[in-house]
Amino acid sequence: METNFKHHQSAHCENGVASNLLKHSGLHISEPMVFGIGSGLFFVYLPFIKVNHAPAISYRPLPGQIFNKLAKRLGLKIKRTKFASVANANKALDQNLKDNIPTGLQVGVYNLSYFPDEYRFHFNAHNLVVYGKTETDYLISDPVMETVTTLTHDELEKVRFAKGAFAPRGQMYYPVNVPTVVDFSSAIIKAIKNTCRDMLAPAPIIGVRGIRFVAKQIRKWPIKHGTKKANHYLAQMVRMQEEIGTGGGGFRFIYAAFLQEAAAILNNEKLKYLSLEMTQIGDLWRDFAVDASRIYKNRSTQADAYNTVANQLSHIADLEEAFFKKLKAAIS
Amino acid sequence: MKEMKKNEVPQDEGNLSKSNMKELMYATDENGEYTTALSTGWEPKTIALSNSIDDINERVAEAKLQVKNGEASPIVYFMEVHKMDVGILASYVEMWKWRVKKHFKPKVFKGLSDTVLNRYAKAFSISVSELKNFKAE
Repeated sequence: METNFKHHQSAHCENGVASNLLKHSGLHISEPMVFGIGSGLFFVYLPFIKVNHAPAISYRPLPGQIFNKLAKRLGLKIKRTKFASVANANKALDQNLKDNIPTGLQVGVYNLSYFPDEYRFHFNAHNLVVYGKTETDYLISDPVMETVTTLTHDELEKVRFAKGAFAPRGQMYYPVNVPTVVDFSSAIIKAIKNTCRDMLAPAPIIGVRGIRFVAKQIRKWPIKHGTKKANHYLAQMVRMQEEIGTGGGGFRFIYAAFLQEAAAILNNEKLKYLSLEMTQIGDLWRDFAVDASRIYKNRSTQADAYNTVANQLSHIADLEEAFFKKLKAAIS
Repeated sequence: MKEMKKNEVPQDEGNLSKSNMKELMYATDENGEYTTALSTGWEPKTIALSNSIDDINERVAEAKLQVKNGEASPIVYFMEVHKMDVGILASYVEMWKWRVKKHFKPKVFKGLSDTVLNRYAKAFSISVSELKNFKAE
């Protein structure tokens, strides 16, 4: 069986699944709109949690939050179900496909056989859509892939019940009620306010303060942990920043694209200029990644390489602080 | 200042597995309007990934040596092969972390029942005998 689902590639998995499922339900919404209205831009530094033997840095909110916030702000209804038993999880998914409902799933990346090996690590906040089933396979629309793909029944079961942090527990979700007319303007304003609040939060590990905190830590890494571990930490940070499905530098460009769309909808010229500014900040994140990668490839000729990238990062934090203050003022 | 332009979206050929996987990116066109473009890869990311693969290979080699020297059980080796840490492995085998850590000791490992070993074998997608008879050479 197969639903008439249309695959569109996206930069980030959760945006992509949300945008593709909503398009299927008749609501045309771009990936940047999903990302912006779902307040997808975020930063949190969790030094006490280790991912791949390095401190955890996340450039996004908790899995599921983007779609949930989007739904709340646009007045959509999404049904989400987690399962204790594998059999029930399979049954519920098959029933959905029988009812012609393409279904979003939260999955672990490690057993996604269609990913190149180097992308397969224990990361459980990936999202994809199942749009059909054959004798042997499930038909998969993974939004970060160019085209649709498949997983065997066993493989899908494995990724749905991956273990570790954010274990998906078979979670599936799909829109059940999508109004034909939605109020984008008020949703955009609420979402921008939310993002400004997050990024300017008074907590030391969140938003621009979190970025500044990481910059400070980077200076200490080589002294405290030695070059080898410090290099590993830095490489992990860039991986988290630029990896598919997680994003960071790339998130700035998606957010800039959102502000451009929002400027037209709200008829607000200021957002257009701010979009340009966000693009420039995104470029600085990419410069940071370039210079950091030189360090861990040991090609850096600068004696004080760690301090240089730390300076770049704290400069980004300053620019983002000023940016989000201006953004907040632009919509109030 | 420069901006991320569509024609500057990186097309690095050094993609590790030569998988032809292209990622979608947002970039601006000649009028400054946002659009999308496909990217084959980007050097800093490729280096970061290859760095982490080197790290995993090193950890695997180190674990193998420890098993060979009788300092660690085969569980440690397979855990590293599967890019897991104690926390992830513990949640796959549904045991407490301290218990899994105890099973890292060769002496304790030798005394484990097949029921317990089976949980590990399942987590590593191998058979119990493959786990039991693993020889680090």
